Amino acid sequence: MSWFDKLAETFLEDNRYMWMVEGLGNTLLITIGALAIGVVIGTLIAVAKYFSEDNKKLRLLNWVCDVYTTVIRGIPMTVLLLLFFFVIFASARDGIPVAIAAFGINSGAYMAELIRSGINAVDKGQMEAARSLGLSRGQAMVKIIMPQAVKYILPAIGNELIALLKETSVAGYVAVVDITKAATNIRNKTYDAVNPIILLALVYLVMVVALTRLLAILERRLRKSDGK
Amino acid sequence: MENNVVIQVRNLKKNFGQNEVLKGIDMDINKGDVVCVIGASGSGKSTFLRCLNMLEVPTGGDILFEDANLTSDKVDLNRHRQKMGMVFQQFNLFPHLTILDNLTLAPMMLKKLPKAEAEEKALALLERVGLADRAKDYPGQLSGGQKQRVAIVRALCMEPEVMLFDEPTSALDPEMVGEVLEVMKDLAKAGMTMVVVTHEMGFAREVSNRVVFLDDGVVAEEGAPVEIFDNPQCERLQSFLSKVL
Repeated sequence: MSWFDKLAETFLEDNRYMWMVEGLGNTLLITIGALAIGVVIGTLIAVAKYFSEDNKKLRLLNWVCDVYTTVIRGIPMTVLLLLFFFVIFASARDGIPVAIAAFGINSGAYMAELIRSGINAVDKGQMEAARSLGLSRGQAMVKIIMPQAVKYILPAIGNELIALLKETSVAGYVAVVDITKAATNIRNKTYDAVNPIILLALVYLVMVVALTRLLAILERRLRKSDGK
Repeated sequence: MENNVVIQVRNLKKNFGQNEVLKGIDMDINKGDVVCVIGASGSGKSTFLRCLNMLEVPTGGDILFEDANLTSDKVDLNRHRQKMGMVFQQFNLFPHLTILDNLTLAPMMLKKLPKAEAEEKALALLERVGLADRAKDYPGQLSGGQKQRVAIVRALCMEPEVMLFDEPTSALDPEMVGEVLEVMKDLAKAGMTMVVVTHEMGFAREVSNRVVFLDDGVVAEEGAPVEIFDNPQCERLQSFLSKVL
């Protein structure tokens, strides 16, 4: 049997390539959902830390943020996922929402640092100028600091997105059929141990290369807008 | 003359950790005053100015402005800051906004001025500093001198009671110092109350009505420019002037 026949048998019989397509759908769903949650959590934590660091009244808030980032960053993603599925949401049937939550909450801890360093990269004279005009700290954050921090933050979020996409390959641990799990399922069904994995690797590679390209274009645009 | 006082500073102290930068400063700034604060670097003059609008939070003392004590916890600082314009050494224009948006942001946001009205006022003030044609440009396209003139206009758009200048010409190329001082001179002539931290002794002598010499966190000497520059009393001022003049 030629390699092509083997490929046809592995992927075309019973429309098994559709397993991969559906798995890819879940992979993207988890990645994008987690990214959205991560950005929201990351922004909240970064802003909370920015305001609470030099304010004794908000010490508790600062502490909560520190605990969150320490705990999340101290637990491997796979273990966190297992914790979410088998302990925290033990009654959950559908693994996808749980996976989105777990990856999102994990990502949020890393995003918080990215966003915080983006905020800190904005010259501190900007905050002073805004405050001297009478803007509150919140108003200054929204109108003056964030719009400038975005150009430092966006490329970093792009890198986080790529890391996140690859990280979701462990979602299969909690009964989610992502593309990695789909490839495993095909292997188990067909006893073709090689081709599903090679295809799987190629799909990830293509997605990451495409995202990297998009990111480079984005960064170039941002740098251009810097010149004005 | 009590009702003519704009800012009263009483026993103002500021420490950075163990370092005592301001050791108890008293000062009255009256309506129409142009007070120049001079002194060696490290004398606390910038810190003093930044305490006036609470960008630095004083360690002790009072700052009375518009019947409120700004150092009190209960005071609405944002409201009072609207009445105190500030101009920074590094300009601190908002680089992501056009010149016009830099000028109209605070009036529209805080004074709820309609856009058209805010822009009209901003353009009129820009005209006065000779930059009306740059309204649609971004700060990055302007020279240092132009940026600082815009920064002055940005503060003026809020119609402040008093303007604070923190070494406004120190970051400028020498050939651009004149155009900024010219704008400040016009402002002084128009009766604006100004507190100016500066190394420009010519400006201090010519424009101010009072010069304050800060040394090591205290007011070492103050008086009319003629007295300060032509007849300095304390030794530290004499030695400072001999170095800068």
